[in-house]
Amino acid sequence: MASQEVLREEPTRGSLINDPRVRSIFIQVVAALALILFIWWIVGNTIDNLQRLRIASGFAFLKGRAGFDIADSAIAYSSDSTYGRAILVGLINTAIVALAGIVTATIIGFMVGIGRLSNNWLIRKICTVYVEVFRNIPPLLVIFFWYFGVLSVLPLPRDSIELPFGSYVNSRGFYFPRAVWGEGAWLILLAFLLGIAMSWFVARKARQRQMATGQQFPVFWTSVALIVGLPLLAYVASGFPLSFDLPKKSTFNLTGGFQVKPEFLSLYLALSFYTAAFIAEIVRAGVRGVSRGQTEAAGALGLRSGPILRLVVVPQAMRIVIPPLTSQYLNLTKNSSLAIAIGYPDLTAIAGTVLNQTGQAIEPVLIMMAVYLGLSLLTSAIMNVVNAKMALVER
Amino acid sequence: MKHIAIGILAAATMGLMASAASAASTLEAVKAKGFIQCGVNTGLSGFSSPDDKGEWKGLDADFCRAVAAAVFGDGTKVKFTPLSAKERFTALQSGEIDLLSRNTTWTINRDTALGLNFAGVTYYDGQGFMVNAKKLPGVNSALQLSGAAVCVQSGTTTELNLADYFKANKMEYNPVVFEKVEEANAAYDSGRCDAYTTDQSGLYGIRLTLSAPGDHVVLPEIISKEPLGPAVRQGDDQWYHIVKWTYFALLQAEELGITQANVDELKASGGPEVKRVLGQEADTKLGTDLGVSNDWVVNIVKSVGNYGEMFERNVGAGSPLKIARGLNGLWTKGGLQYAPPIR
Repeated sequence: MASQEVLREEPTRGSLINDPRVRSIFIQVVAALALILFIWWIVGNTIDNLQRLRIASGFAFLKGRAGFDIADSAIAYSSDSTYGRAILVGLINTAIVALAGIVTATIIGFMVGIGRLSNNWLIRKICTVYVEVFRNIPPLLVIFFWYFGVLSVLPLPRDSIELPFGSYVNSRGFYFPRAVWGEGAWLILLAFLLGIAMSWFVARKARQRQMATGQQFPVFWTSVALIVGLPLLAYVASGFPLSFDLPKKSTFNLTGGFQVKPEFLSLYLALSFYTAAFIAEIVRAGVRGVSRGQTEAAGALGLRSGPILRLVVVPQAMRIVIPPLTSQYLNLTKNSSLAIAIGYPDLTAIAGTVLNQTGQAIEPVLIMMAVYLGLSLLTSAIMNVVNAKMALVER
Repeated sequence: MKHIAIGILAAATMGLMASAASAASTLEAVKAKGFIQCGVNTGLSGFSSPDDKGEWKGLDADFCRAVAAAVFGDGTKVKFTPLSAKERFTALQSGEIDLLSRNTTWTINRDTALGLNFAGVTYYDGQGFMVNAKKLPGVNSALQLSGAAVCVQSGTTTELNLADYFKANKMEYNPVVFEKVEEANAAYDSGRCDAYTTDQSGLYGIRLTLSAPGDHVVLPEIISKEPLGPAVRQGDDQWYHIVKWTYFALLQAEELGITQANVDELKASGGPEVKRVLGQEADTKLGTDLGVSNDWVVNIVKSVGNYGEMFERNVGAGSPLKIARGLNGLWTKGGLQYAPPIR
């Protein structure tokens, strides 16, 4: 008993100053305190100076009437809406262009990346030229290229080019017929969702059957039939509840229909093509990173080049590809703030306008930083989940 | 990203400015560094735009020179900071510039919530519309613009007036908003918009820069009051007074017929009022009380001329813009320009 007590006392027997644990805790507490005091001082000084200069501060301005209009808005917005809602419109616009850009950039990137490894000389060289051109030009120039170089040379509204299915294209954008859903249209949506659910179920069953018996089932064509066929059936059954709002010519421009503006298109295409060049290189690195022995082994088992790529190489390459892919997605989201140069109302543009109309510089900038940080963290979180699914499962 | 940088700069300066720094007045700071940092437009013909030698020309740029002449006796002691509409207030608030002379509309919100002080109205303007008459032959009134795409600069009173005007007249429109004048001009010129809106003086200036100026007409409607003037930060009355009285001195000089050509002559031969304004009275303290030298008006007029000369040279008959004096004439000639007495 006595000996144990002696043992327990031993570490504190020396001076506290010489105890490494105490010392490290002490230093960390002092550092943290210093940091907190520094931030406190900065914030206090800022508030003092703002008051001294009689500049309004605080977030109350978000409830004020915005007074300006926004061309592209996914939610109801007018000049009577609040500044807060205007910023929300910008946030949604940023999210839309980032999401659309990520999807397109991934598709183009994978095609070009695989293309660079093609055995066909022409495809390989075209893909190389694409990558070298796009990744070596600043993204702002790519945006200007699409906006001033490609889309603005399209004809003026009166000379709109007519496309099939009642669509038009002119320098103000693309115009498509807009679907107007009539009564009973919910049945079509229901059938569509049912089709997806059933396809998933079929795919699961087919997989189980293949595992058990080795027999294959045409999952792809069954799914197509279910996802397309069921809504078509519902469409007929509910008495054709679908009509189209066609774009028509009016004094200044085409009205009606669904319009995709050149500002959005330039930004979306520029971000997609620019980021795709980087994704292509990542994909190429991922595929190259899979040992050649894997391909040879698969070939020895009698697999053809298509299935080798699909079943052996790509699943392993994905493990290498996903982490750097996340960085590219984050870059694309952040680069979308270049929208301001061509007048697409993204978050940066609208928050900047709010900043100017209210004169409150610090708060809108804080909001912008918080939103981009939030979007990036969200993207990272989703990609981490995907990465965890793809990671090597050790049994 | 530039305005994010400015925002951070503002936050940083606001944060790091110790209370001691506030004691130094703008005048002392300006004298210590030897020049005035003046915020101007990135490029608006007649108001502030660099010419082919890189010299800033225009009414707003000349006003900066007038203040420099009053402070230093030398109108060249100015450095210009070209600013977009969005950056201008932050630049002034954060102390990046000493004086904002960038066709800025005087409003109550800017005078109060933004912490600015407007020193006067150097140009009485109003917002108008410009359309391409060749492409839209039938349009001769802004009320026919329902459904049009309108190019506009972001963060301006123009953007707000535009929304109000179309709403009040129950018309639809499609705003295409740009941060910089140059980008808005290029988009309008390429046919992205049916109409361009900004202050009418600006429309005349912008029209000159288009590829076919003759094709474009400015519509008759004026949809707002746009009193444009120089602004300074709140909380420094002395600096505010110097800027304000520089403006009044320009008007007073025109009223008394003091010009760049005759100012030296009038110093000796002028009447009592002319002599007083030019600081030639014995034991005068008008200039030193303001914080400048007593011959400050002489320096201003020598450097940029009187208000009338400035106007004609930059936007009036002597310029490609050929804008009539109109509201900007002196009060004695039916305009609104009026200076309190210098005595």
